[in-house]
Amino acid sequence: MKTKDTKNFEEDKQSAGTYPYRRGIYPRMYRDRLWTMRQYAGFSSAAESNKRYHYLLDQGVTGLSVAFDLPTQIGYDSDQNEACGEVGRVGVPISSLEDMEELFDGIPLEKISVSMTINSTASILLCLLVALAKKKSVSPQLLKGTIQNDILKEYIARGTYRFPVDASMRLVTDVFAWASKELPGFNTISISGYHIREAGSTAVQEVAFTLADGIAYVEAALKAGLAVDDFAPRLSFFFNAHNNFFEEVAKFRAARELWARIMKERFKAKKEKSWQLRFHTQTAGSTLTAQQAPNNISRVTIQALAAVLGGTQSLHTNSMDEALSLPTEEGARTALRTQQIIAHESGVVEEVDPLGGSPYMEKLTDEIVEEASALINMIDDMGGMVKAVKNNWPQQEIRRSAYVSQKDLEEGRQKLVGVNCFEDETDSKPPLFKVDNSIEEKRKDKLKKLRERRDDLQVKEKLRALEKAASEDENVMPYLLDAVENYVTVGEICSTLQKVFGEYHS
Amino acid sequence: MTEPPIKVLLGKLGLDGHDRGIQVVAQALVDAGMEVIYTGLRQSPESLLRAAIEEDVDVIGVSSLSGAHNTLFPALVEACTKEGLDVILFGGGIIPEEDVAVLIEKGFDEIFTAGTPLSLIVTRLRELVKK
Repeated sequence: MKTKDTKNFEEDKQSAGTYPYRRGIYPRMYRDRLWTMRQYAGFSSAAESNKRYHYLLDQGVTGLSVAFDLPTQIGYDSDQNEACGEVGRVGVPISSLEDMEELFDGIPLEKISVSMTINSTASILLCLLVALAKKKSVSPQLLKGTIQNDILKEYIARGTYRFPVDASMRLVTDVFAWASKELPGFNTISISGYHIREAGSTAVQEVAFTLADGIAYVEAALKAGLAVDDFAPRLSFFFNAHNNFFEEVAKFRAARELWARIMKERFKAKKEKSWQLRFHTQTAGSTLTAQQAPNNISRVTIQALAAVLGGTQSLHTNSMDEALSLPTEEGARTALRTQQIIAHESGVVEEVDPLGGSPYMEKLTDEIVEEASALINMIDDMGGMVKAVKNNWPQQEIRRSAYVSQKDLEEGRQKLVGVNCFEDETDSKPPLFKVDNSIEEKRKDKLKKLRERRDDLQVKEKLRALEKAASEDENVMPYLLDAVENYVTVGEICSTLQKVFGEYHS
Repeated sequence: MTEPPIKVLLGKLGLDGHDRGIQVVAQALVDAGMEVIYTGLRQSPESLLRAAIEEDVDVIGVSSLSGAHNTLFPALVEACTKEGLDVILFGGGIIPEEDVAVLIEKGFDEIFTAGTPLSLIVTRLRELVKK
């Protein structure tokens, strides 16, 4: 893949909004509409998380982003042994429709878009959201939002897998097929480089591995009989905004251009929407330091600015206290204010791709396009990302990069303020957020009551129907929806699916 | 005569998938001449105990960044004590200062929080094994 000649850049100044979208997917970008300010949050319980969502909405976020606890992400109910110690820690525990009702109490699902960081159990949580919308008399056709549903990067970098690779890919394509009809406004996947970068990859690896994952999903969907222009417009992406400012801006521009070329040239997509890489960005959690925590506000500001100058569609800014604990309310507010200051005070939103045309920026962009293309070609030669993942190849590459950057830090080649230079012995720690320790017991109690209340026979019947569909290669989505509407839990569903699919071990 | 290398078992305790730190530590310990067995994600106190006995290790190191350390780390100490296994125990992750003291009191030899230099981890483990 060759990039266009940057010499012609002057003539090409209006090119935002036209293929291959190096300068942005919309002609006027933030002049028409700002990015969605979407702060990732969730902890303790549905009721506590609901309070935080209302607080964030009052403070001016324009979309919600749900953090689930690890048991929910992996498909265990709070009362299963595997969940011990993890309930409500890094997100909200959700098992049934009852929990969803509490989580979104008072939140208009037809107006506020909801993003859910959920992968191996994405199909189930999506059905829970749809079931909730139906119960609130909101047409699923009006639902807006995103499920992460990117299982490949779980094996590569994030670790919340449950089922083996092939079965997981089948769940992903079941979602694509079902949602293309039932949920036209919903992003069915958020193909994520964020965690790949957090795990230690370079910027080029982030782009290449993410787009190679994207290629694998498109191929899987085509193989499942879907037409490319039916599902491709609902693919979305998620990138990291790291420290190296110009490299990061170039990275977003390069990813956009590469994906457009892949979709048009390789997969012969016809719709412009299929070519356009839309992405969410989060600032880099791994760059934040426990030492001199307020310094993190400055890091986040620079990273967020890179995301905005790179043309992001939505943005999460990290809180200053995240190297120490979950964000406190004050930390979360300052993080949101950082976005608001960029949007409303800095003036950077008034021009489209303002760094475009700078020889340095165009050169950096060209380099990332070229190097990432070479890596993608290498993965193609290995038989694609699914095969590469099974062979642990991207995992090892990322591990190597992580070790190199740690060594750079420790041997002083990379400076980190407050850690390997400008240290301060008198540094005091900010107040920390604490998760209530009694949460696990309360959850067990709540689930026990739910199980007593439900019609046991009906639960068993729904699970049997699901098991049959899963083993017969039928689309499982209608069965999942039917199950969750009858208050079958995430844990029960995953135990059933595991009987058919088996379990993944790294 | 050269001494046999220090043998270290590493694992992620609980459901947390953040393994960048533990993988980097594993590599650093290998580079320092230790023998490292990394058991990967989703380890329980029981699975680590079994592996530690099987591999006859000197040290067990665990990591969690999800906040489950207060439950799971002491459970590992308990499992080792019950079995009469005498090993050096160290942990890492996002662990608030006040929890560090509690974990040490409950039987951990060392907790290395974010930002600890690799060289310090190596030196400290060597000291602890010598004692």
